Amino acid sequence: MPLRLIKFALSRKHPEPRMFTRHERLKPSYDVVIIGAGGHGCAAAYYLARDHGISDVAILEQGYLGGGNTGRNTTIIRSNYLTPEGVQFYDESVRLWQDLSQDFDLNVFYSTRGHFTLAHTDAAMRTMRWRAEVNRHFGVASEAIDSQAVREAIPMMDITCGGHAPVVGALYHAPGAIARHDAVAWGYARGADRRGVEIHQNTQVLAIELEDHGCGGRVAGVLTNRGRIATRKVLCAVAGYTPRLLAMVGLRSPIYVHPLQAMVSEPLKPWLDPIIVSGSLHVYVSQSARGELVMGASLDPYELHSTRSTLDFAEALAAHMLELFPFLSDVKINRQWAGMADMTPDFAPIMGLTPVHGFYLDSGWGTWGFKATPVCGKTMSHTVAKDAAHPLIGAFAFDRFARYALTGEKGAASVGH
Amino acid sequence: MKLMTCPINGPRLISEFAYGGEMREMPDPVAVSDAAWADYVFNRNGVPGVKKEWWCHTPSGVWFIAERDTTTDTIQRTYLYQPGARVRAERAA
Repeated sequence: MPLRLIKFALSRKHPEPRMFTRHERLKPSYDVVIIGAGGHGCAAAYYLARDHGISDVAILEQGYLGGGNTGRNTTIIRSNYLTPEGVQFYDESVRLWQDLSQDFDLNVFYSTRGHFTLAHTDAAMRTMRWRAEVNRHFGVASEAIDSQAVREAIPMMDITCGGHAPVVGALYHAPGAIARHDAVAWGYARGADRRGVEIHQNTQVLAIELEDHGCGGRVAGVLTNRGRIATRKVLCAVAGYTPRLLAMVGLRSPIYVHPLQAMVSEPLKPWLDPIIVSGSLHVYVSQSARGELVMGASLDPYELHSTRSTLDFAEALAAHMLELFPFLSDVKINRQWAGMADMTPDFAPIMGLTPVHGFYLDSGWGTWGFKATPVCGKTMSHTVAKDAAHPLIGAFAFDRFARYALTGEKGAASVGH
Repeated sequence: MKLMTCPINGPRLISEFAYGGEMREMPDPVAVSDAAWADYVFNRNGVPGVKKEWWCHTPSGVWFIAERDTTTDTIQRTYLYQPGARVRAERAA
């Protein structure tokens, strides 16, 4: 209907509702300011408004909605973690994921695929059995399977990996899934917007104003490039920018930032149903609804605050992909990109209250944050509303390092870092 | 960053080097409090900027210091570590 399209373009009153309300200016004060309009920030705003009745909320985003790590990950959702705290937390997230499309009235393309973590050594197989035991204890579907079962489930894979890294077994996690990342951020943002939350894009936080600096201080306001906001509560959900925000309030943390790269192939006919992960080969791969192979690997080897891509990464990942799937040698790479991962020493997040009153942290999401989007929103909104950490995030507290009480999750990180 | 200059071996491909983290001063483990020790063990300066870092030229095993901008990924200087250099610099100042 070209004529209708021209009329629509020229019309001042666009007859179809836009996804979000545009706000020309910031209000002088808000009950809660959320920094970062990624999945986590938008989810927290959504649950604050829906479950806690707090809708005088501004989400400040220096770029565009969902343009950070929410839009840069490989969208794998799973709960087959290693620690009891991690398993319970991610399992709650998977439950929330399964209802999201209904919740939003928006299709997030949640697709349950099954998730295989390949083991190439006896030591890796031991970790798989350990994870399966912990998972099953908490009611999460997970089992260690042998190489014959892997062969039957993934017949197109070279089980010997060219003869030098034969697969000896795997951890099979039936609920493993993928989802459309933009839809998640937009679904949460629209839900929050409809409940009165203001989303301000292109709004950069320059400073956080405190009464009494550092430990024991209290949040008083936020200074942005579009003016000052008075607020008593700030939720920081900014992934790779976390150290810069923490510096604004005078806090030190173990977070270090390395880039994490990923890439997709040209679209292919559907041939790969499950999600395949190999820690030893540093590969994780799934096939998207568009037919592209979405591939990731381990972190870049040194600190960098940039989202540049490297040929080294593409070459190394392609080489490992060909060890698993030699028939892909003619397939082309379509796109490659990077995100800034906020890593922690124990591969668990840093969430909840901080020594600065009114400054709440949802960080340390390194390479494992997308799957946790719904449960982070749930638990952080509770934490902000009640000014007390949600019971599910106790093991992820900011002060656990000072107490030498780490939550060792590295054995369940998707690939060996 | 494609090349790095090893103080012993000259410019080499970046793939020959391994990153050893930011250079930090270790407090006296006997004298220090538990809190200060945890700060040393776990906490990092995650804010971008020009940092002094340990790097290793792996084929020859040479450890050295690189001053690198962690936003632009450009190396400003590389040199061998000299114990006590910091103390001497402070005295001179």
